[in-house]
Amino acid sequence: MSTPAIELKNVTKRFGSVIANDNVNLTLEQGEILSILGENGSGKTTLMNMLSGIYYPDEGQIFVGGREVSIQSPKDSFELGIGMIHQHFKLIDVLSAAENIILGLQGEEILKMQEVYAKINELTAKYGFDLDPKEKIYNMSVSQKQTVEIVKVLYRGADMLILDEPTAVLTPQEIQKLFTVLRNMRQAGKSIIIITHKLNEVMELSDRVAVLRKGRYIGCVETAKTSISELTEMMVGEKISLDIHRSQPQDAHKRIEMRGITVRNKEGVRMLNKASFVANSGEILGIAGVAGSGQKELLEAIAGLQETETGGEILYYAPTGETLKLTEMTAENIRNLGIHLSFVPEDRLGMGLVGSMDLTDNMMIRSYRETGHFFAHRKAPRELAEQIVEKLDVVTPGVDTPISHLSGGNVQKMLVGREIAAQPIVLMVAYPVRGLDINSSYTIYNLLNEQKEKGVAVICVGEDIDVLLALCDRIMVMSGGNITGVVDAKSTTKEEIGLMMTGATKEKADHES
Amino acid sequence: MTLIFTFIQQAIGQGIAILFGATGEIMTEKSGNLNLGIPGIMYMGGIAGLMGAFFYENHAKEPVAAIGFVVALLSTLIVSMFGGLIYSFLTISLRSNQNVVGLALTTFGVGFGNFFGGSISKMAGGVGQISVKTTAGAFRASIPGLSQIPVIGPLLFSYGILTYVALILALATTFILFRTRRGLHLRAVGESPATADAAGIDVTKYKYAATVGGAAIAGLGGLYFVMEYLGGTWSNNGFGDRGWLAVALVILALWNPAHAIWGSLVFGALYILYIYLPGLTRATQELVKMLPYVVTIIVLIITSKRNKPENQPPASLGTVYFREER
Amino acid sequence: MNHNTVTNKEPLIRMVKRGHIGKKRAWTIRGIAMLISLMVCALVIVGITGQNPLQVYAGIIDGAVGSNRRIWVTIRETFALLIVAVGLVPAFQMHFWNIGAEGQILMGGVASAAMMIYLGDALPNWLLIVLILVVSSLAGLLWGLLPALFKAHMNTNETLFTLMLNYVAMQITTFAIVFWENPAGSNTVGIINSATQKGWFPRVLGSNYGLNVLLVLAITAAVSIYMKYSKQGYEIKVVGESQNTARYAAINVKWVIVRTMMISGAICGLAGAIIVSGASHTISTSTAGGRGFTAIIVAWMSKFNPIAMLAISGFLVFMQQGSIQIASQFGLNENASDIITGILLFFMIGSEFFLKYRLEFKHRKENAK
Repeated sequence: MSTPAIELKNVTKRFGSVIANDNVNLTLEQGEILSILGENGSGKTTLMNMLSGIYYPDEGQIFVGGREVSIQSPKDSFELGIGMIHQHFKLIDVLSAAENIILGLQGEEILKMQEVYAKINELTAKYGFDLDPKEKIYNMSVSQKQTVEIVKVLYRGADMLILDEPTAVLTPQEIQKLFTVLRNMRQAGKSIIIITHKLNEVMELSDRVAVLRKGRYIGCVETAKTSISELTEMMVGEKISLDIHRSQPQDAHKRIEMRGITVRNKEGVRMLNKASFVANSGEILGIAGVAGSGQKELLEAIAGLQETETGGEILYYAPTGETLKLTEMTAENIRNLGIHLSFVPEDRLGMGLVGSMDLTDNMMIRSYRETGHFFAHRKAPRELAEQIVEKLDVVTPGVDTPISHLSGGNVQKMLVGREIAAQPIVLMVAYPVRGLDINSSYTIYNLLNEQKEKGVAVICVGEDIDVLLALCDRIMVMSGGNITGVVDAKSTTKEEIGLMMTGATKEKADHES
Repeated sequence: MTLIFTFIQQAIGQGIAILFGATGEIMTEKSGNLNLGIPGIMYMGGIAGLMGAFFYENHAKEPVAAIGFVVALLSTLIVSMFGGLIYSFLTISLRSNQNVVGLALTTFGVGFGNFFGGSISKMAGGVGQISVKTTAGAFRASIPGLSQIPVIGPLLFSYGILTYVALILALATTFILFRTRRGLHLRAVGESPATADAAGIDVTKYKYAATVGGAAIAGLGGLYFVMEYLGGTWSNNGFGDRGWLAVALVILALWNPAHAIWGSLVFGALYILYIYLPGLTRATQELVKMLPYVVTIIVLIITSKRNKPENQPPASLGTVYFREER
Repeated sequence: MNHNTVTNKEPLIRMVKRGHIGKKRAWTIRGIAMLISLMVCALVIVGITGQNPLQVYAGIIDGAVGSNRRIWVTIRETFALLIVAVGLVPAFQMHFWNIGAEGQILMGGVASAAMMIYLGDALPNWLLIVLILVVSSLAGLLWGLLPALFKAHMNTNETLFTLMLNYVAMQITTFAIVFWENPAGSNTVGIINSATQKGWFPRVLGSNYGLNVLLVLAITAAVSIYMKYSKQGYEIKVVGESQNTARYAAINVKWVIVRTMMISGAICGLAGAIIVSGASHTISTSTAGGRGFTAIIVAWMSKFNPIAMLAISGFLVFMQQGSIQIASQFGLNENASDIITGILLFFMIGSEFFLKYRLEFKHRKENAK
């Protein structure tokens, strides 16, 4: 056996008191595709960032091609032939593809862009990419940007590639194209690490799988000799069957109705396209789709946080029998009408909470107006914070701690707890269990079910189809800003939803599956 | 006709100091550093050049203009780069807030200029109003021959060397920013230091270089003012608010030094317009002097309507960067 | 590719973020920074004057608190700086970079001077002073409102807008001086109502500046309570942290920006009245005297804590007054105080770094092979 391309020995990385990677060992052989598998927050990205020079390990050794190295900067990493494609693209919007590709390279001082274009075109032809090197990044789609990232790494002749969750933002077709390219690269002798938490991709693509759990290295197995259930067990620690209690919806009434709503982003791109649907009281409506398919815009349009194009309308059927038009209302108007609309947004610290404020102050974000005149009352929010901390097992030194000091999962619990405590009539949650461990996730599922049984109309955007299938009553699928269909969660299949996520309508998906 | 020529000549004379400041500030801002200390640095550069020349002329038995020129130039560069270094160390290495450091630097720099400007003659033994005629002469010398051409001569070739240096520096900075590898890297640092860092660019080095280099260019504006404009003397607060106008010109020029050339002419013209407008009283003159600021505010409002991404300020402007931030 | 360049190299010094720092430790670090800054200042002064540094510092102390009058001047200047810093707090908590306090002070000052000049004989003194306080606040309010409106509705950069307004205010001041100059041709206003003392703050607490202190203390307390306990103060902090969160919380972001800048501008305008009616009794373009800029640094460094603001204002003014004394003692000009202030600020700003980070010196580890 030849020397491994990369070898990590007893690598440890801490952030303050948090241990992100604890004594990790890992080997990447030459010319293989190695998957690093782990749940959110298991330390995969941190580990790879130590190879790309973003972080520096606190303890341990790194060997590249059999030699011990110290990677202090991304530059050191490049020089060793390591190229990383980050989950959040490291591209500069106002520069062209070619300018981004040559960024950081040494060479003649006066730029000769024609030569650069020629070399890029040569590479893209070789691997079958579709890329205009003169195009500015701000004009590109997500998949095109990823192409730029990969070409960037190839352009500098990397022979070890690390891809961090490369498929998270792609459609299945784009994923297949990406896999083909990756296999071509393996053929050409490149060694590839792909970070993921999607088991099917692991099985389909990789030669070997290394598993991390809560910052620790669990083990490494050959893909051909393992199974999804074994990997799941390694990943989560114990075998889990999704056993979410689901009651039959009682006494369902129309609560929210959206008719032909279109939302454009700042750049004028259509993020939500003539969306129409109905959410009923006493049921959980799931929303499935690849990230960025318009879920965020849909929820924010209902909450009065998105400007919608004229022509569509959003109606709210109050329990009293009244019908109110939410279209063109701001969050302020909605609140003033006394509509109990709770919303757990995707961006927790950027929208739902204020990171620098303590737990108490964060509890009163939506309710501080309701008591007192000039002065804000903090007694009730303080009690609420204490209640949530106790009920949902939030780990915190106290309710006077700034909420940004809490871990992602605990932040999430505080936010969901607050929104449910507001006694909603409509409850919208985006990725309610992201960053939570299994037990906390179940606590949240139970809370959502409780709300449903109370007659609340629950709308839940999720990323895990299995969870949506077990939790929801109906599932609405979105793709590229379109609603491709609504299916009954008890009778549909994973395949059907998967196909609809790629843009196939329900009818077509039914036909194909 | 002659009046218009004089007006343009005077406007250029006013604009050049601002152009130096704006070119230096653009270079600095392209690295993501909003250096509000530029006005102070221009004061520091001006007084340093003057003092250098002054001590040279006082100590040399027969001052040579060329040596005075070099001494003044070097003094200016060293002191203004020192100012840039203070800013860089505090904002880049110690990650202090850029606005706060910039304003402190301006307080310091303006005080530095006025203090030495006011005390220099006393410190040198009380020679009265200081003046460095010989050195200033070198800065003021216009191009022989060419400046004698009728009309074109006075309009284009009657200025001292720093005027042409300002134009060349502005054009050269534009070329460096948009046509060279280092320029590309610098723009990347200003847009997104994290991305530049990941691409292997030494963010700290680029930020230091652009900020200290920008300070040196801005300092030349101060030197221009004391040598070419004032003719080798100092008047307290005489430089006034030109430093702030330089910061304002950056916006008008959309972060492109080549645009700053005509922008500086506009600012220069507005600055002296009150002298040339007939029928102004002492009071209304003061109102006309408001124009450069009012125009800047209007431009600011117009550009705040988003247009092309290329015309926006560098995306990381005003923020500090630390790699291991999490 | 040269692998040797990256083999076995470890960074010598690494910066590590501190989780938490105790109050005592924080103030120790700040204290050390102040001591070093005082030593550097001493070196600079000695370098220029050639005097014994101890003598120089004795001179500074003498200049700041050497006589009853000097003590009161130091107090007056401290509170003038403090009120401007207090005025900036609401804006800064909202992350609105109001660097236009200088102009807001001037507008307030011009308004006070106008009241004193035009209404000095028409109104009883107490009514005139109340009117001065109200009108100067309104003038400052207007100067804060302008950039806020454009920020709220068009997201116009407030840093540069407020900065430019400083100079518009300065031109308005010189414009007014043309009409008010006394004696004619001097281009200065001179002491306003020097015979009648109309519009001057009355003696309170046995001092000409007692009212200044009381007013500033009252406003400092009011702003602290407003920021800490009121709903509006809460809204300001939410808007400052994230406008997205504010919209989510159904806060009218535009109105909060406008309202907060009106408050901020009004307090700075009031500071103009305190300086003109309560201290200098004249108006000039240097009435604000850079306080608008220094106050930004005071507010920022004290993390908006009122006691810290008072302490830092006091320290800066002490050194300024002292160095003015030194300058006149050694025949230098008074701009020496700006240099001293600058040096002090550099060190105090720099010390904040060591509150957030600590340096780790890494020793080369033995290779255990």
